[in-house]
Amino acid sequence: MSTKVLMKGNEAIAEAAIKSGCRYFFGYPITPQTEISEHLAKRMPKVGGLCLQAESEVAAINMVMGAAAGGSRVMTSSSSPGISLKSEGLSYIVGCDLPCVIVNVQRGGPGLGGIQPAQSDYYQATKAGGHGDMRIVVLAPASVQEMAALTAEAFDIADLYRTPVMILADGALGQMMEPVDFSVSSPRSLPEKDWAAKGHGGKRKKNIINSLYMDPADLERSVHRRFARYADIKDKETRFEEVMTEDADIVIVAYGITSRICKSALNMARSKGIKAGLVRPITLSPFPDAPLKKAAESAKHFLVAELNMGQMVDDVKIAIDCQRPVTFFGRTGGMMPSPEDILEKIEDIVKSL
Amino acid sequence: MVVFEKPKSLSPVPFHYCPGCTHGIVHRLVAEAIDKLEIEGSTIGIAPVGCSVFAYNYFECDMIQAAHGRAPAVATGLKRTRPDSVVFTYQGDGDLAAIGTAETVHAATRGENITIIFINNAIYGMTGGQMAPTTLPGQITTTSPYGRDRKIQGNPIRICEMLSTLDGAAYVERVSVDSPKNIMRAKRSIEKAFRTQLDKKGFSLVEVLSTCPTNWGMSPVESLEWLRTNMIPYYPLGVFKDTTEE
Ligand SMILES: Cc1ncc(C[n+]2csc(CCOP(=O)(O)OP(=O)(O)O)c2C)c(N)n1
Ligand code: SF4
Repeated sequence: MSTKVLMKGNEAIAEAAIKSGCRYFFGYPITPQTEISEHLAKRMPKVGGLCLQAESEVAAINMVMGAAAGGSRVMTSSSSPGISLKSEGLSYIVGCDLPCVIVNVQRGGPGLGGIQPAQSDYYQATKAGGHGDMRIVVLAPASVQEMAALTAEAFDIADLYRTPVMILADGALGQMMEPVDFSVSSPRSLPEKDWAAKGHGGKRKKNIINSLYMDPADLERSVHRRFARYADIKDKETRFEEVMTEDADIVIVAYGITSRICKSALNMARSKGIKAGLVRPITLSPFPDAPLKKAAESAKHFLVAELNMGQMVDDVKIAIDCQRPVTFFGRTGGMMPSPEDILEKIEDIVKSL
Repeated sequence: MVVFEKPKSLSPVPFHYCPGCTHGIVHRLVAEAIDKLEIEGSTIGIAPVGCSVFAYNYFECDMIQAAHGRAPAVATGLKRTRPDSVVFTYQGDGDLAAIGTAETVHAATRGENITIIFINNAIYGMTGGQMAPTTLPGQITTTSPYGRDRKIQGNPIRICEMLSTLDGAAYVERVSVDSPKNIMRAKRSIEKAFRTQLDKKGFSLVEVLSTCPTNWGMSPVESLEWLRTNMIPYYPLGVFKDTTEE
C-alpha cells in the first residue's frame, strides 16, 4: 500500500536515510540544509540511532569516515561552504574506499555567498570533490519524491561500489513541500562488509583502512582499481530522464530544480509548435553521455540551463563531441530564471536555425 | 629466561623509526596494555599523519589511518557506532595540538569514551624538524632557526593542563619515557587509560614526553638528557585529571 506524506525536501532526505537503515548522522548547522539535521535529531533517538552535531564540517566528515570504516551506514549533510570543508575528508574516504552518503543542499557562492538556491557547486561535486585522482557518484534529484528515492539509492550504490555518494540538491528543493511515497524504493542485495575495522575478534587477520601507499606502482594500481569500478558504475548506474527528445530540433539539458522550470518552458514551446525536448541528467557523475549523443544525431541545437555561470555545459559539449551548437543560459547568486526566460532563449535559437 | 619478548599485539615487523627514537618504546607500551587487558580482538587503533603514520603496520588489531589531526573525529565516529569496541588514537604534537586542536578539544569535552596516546617530541619529525606547537621557547628548529621567540612564534601549548579543565575528560596524565622508572610509570598510565575506556568512564589521554634525536640533532642518549633537563620542567609530569574513582 502506498501512502503519501507532505514533506519538505530536506525532511524527505532525512526520513529516507532512516528508512534505508542509516542510524548515524554527523553534521554541522548551515542554511539551507538545517532541516535535515533537525529532523534527524528528533528521529534518530527514536530508532536507536545517533544524530551528533560536530564542532565543524571537518570533524563531521571525519566522524563519517570513522563510522563508515567500522562498517555502518552513515550520512552527513551540508551546504556549499561546508562542503568545501568536507573535501579533505572526502578525499581520504575515497582513498580508503569507504561507503557513505553526503548531501549538499547548494546555495550561491563563492565565499559566504548567499542562502538562496544555486547549482554553482557542480564542478566541485563532479570534478573536484577533493584532492587526488578521484570521482564520487553524484545524484541530482528534481523533486521531493526523488530526494527520498535517490537517498535510498545512494546508500545502496555506496555500499555496492564502496564509494561516497553525494546528493546534490539546492535550497529550492530543500525547502519545497511535496507529497512523498517512501514505499517505492527497492533495496538491493549487498555484499558483506568483511573489510571493515570493527575488531577482528581473534577470528581473522587484521583489517587496515588506509589511503597511504609509499610505492607509486601500488598507488597507481589502487587508483586503477577504483577507476575500473567507476567504469562499472557508469555502465550500470547512469540515470537520466528524456522528455520529447525523439523529434526534437532543440534539446534542453538541465538538472535539479532548473529542469522543472525548463519543463514548463518546453510545454510552452511545444504549444507554439516548436519541437523542443529535454534531457535531464539524474546522475551528474557518471554523466549520461549516451542520451545526449543519441539526441545529437537528429537535434540541431542544444540549450543548457543551470543556476551558475556554466559548468555542466562543458560535460554536454564533451558528450556530443561539439557536433552541434550549444547555447548556455544561467542565472547565479540565488537568482531563478522563469519559464518565460527559457522560452525566450528557445525562440532565439529557433530564429537562428 | 626470556627477558624481552615482543608483545603479542605488536606485529612481527621491523619499525621504520630512527635509531633511539622513543616512538618504538611507546608502541611497545601500548601493545603491552592491549595484551594485558586481552582486548586485541575488540580494539581499533587510529594512526595519525606524522612519523607514526605507519602505526597501522605495527599493531595486530584492526587499524585506520586518519587525515592529519583528524584522528579524534574518526575515533568519535567509530566509537559512537561501535560502542563495545576499544578505540585509541596515536598522535604526534603537530597532529594533535596544531592542525587537530579543535578535534582534540571537542572529543575531550564531549567526553568521548576513547583513549589518546599523545607523543610530545616538541618538533615535527616526519617533515624534517619544523617548529611544533609544543616547541620550547628558545628551541631551534628549521622554522625557528634563531630559537622560538614567544613574541614572534608565540607560546607553546600545554595540552594536559588545558584538557584537564574540561568536564568530559576523565583521565589525563603526562608521562615520560626518558628513564626505566618513567617508562614503568608510562606503562601503568597507558594501561589505566585503556581501563578508563573499558569501564566506560569517558575520555582518556596520556601525553608521553618523547625524543626526536634525528631532528633535535643529538645522539639518543643526549636526547634523553635534553628531554629531562628542558622538557620536564616546562611540561611537568603527573596526573592532571582523574575522575575514574568517582
Ligand atoms: C593537511 C596536511 N598538512 C600538512 C601535512 C604535512 N605533515 C606531515 S607530518 C606533519 C607533522 C608531523 O609532526 P607531529 O605530529 O609532531 O609528529 P612526528 O612526526 O613528530 O611524530 C606535517 C605537517 C600533511 N600530511 N597534511
Ligand atoms: S624523525 Fe624523529 S620522531 Fe621521526 S622517527 Fe626519526 S627520531 Fe623518531
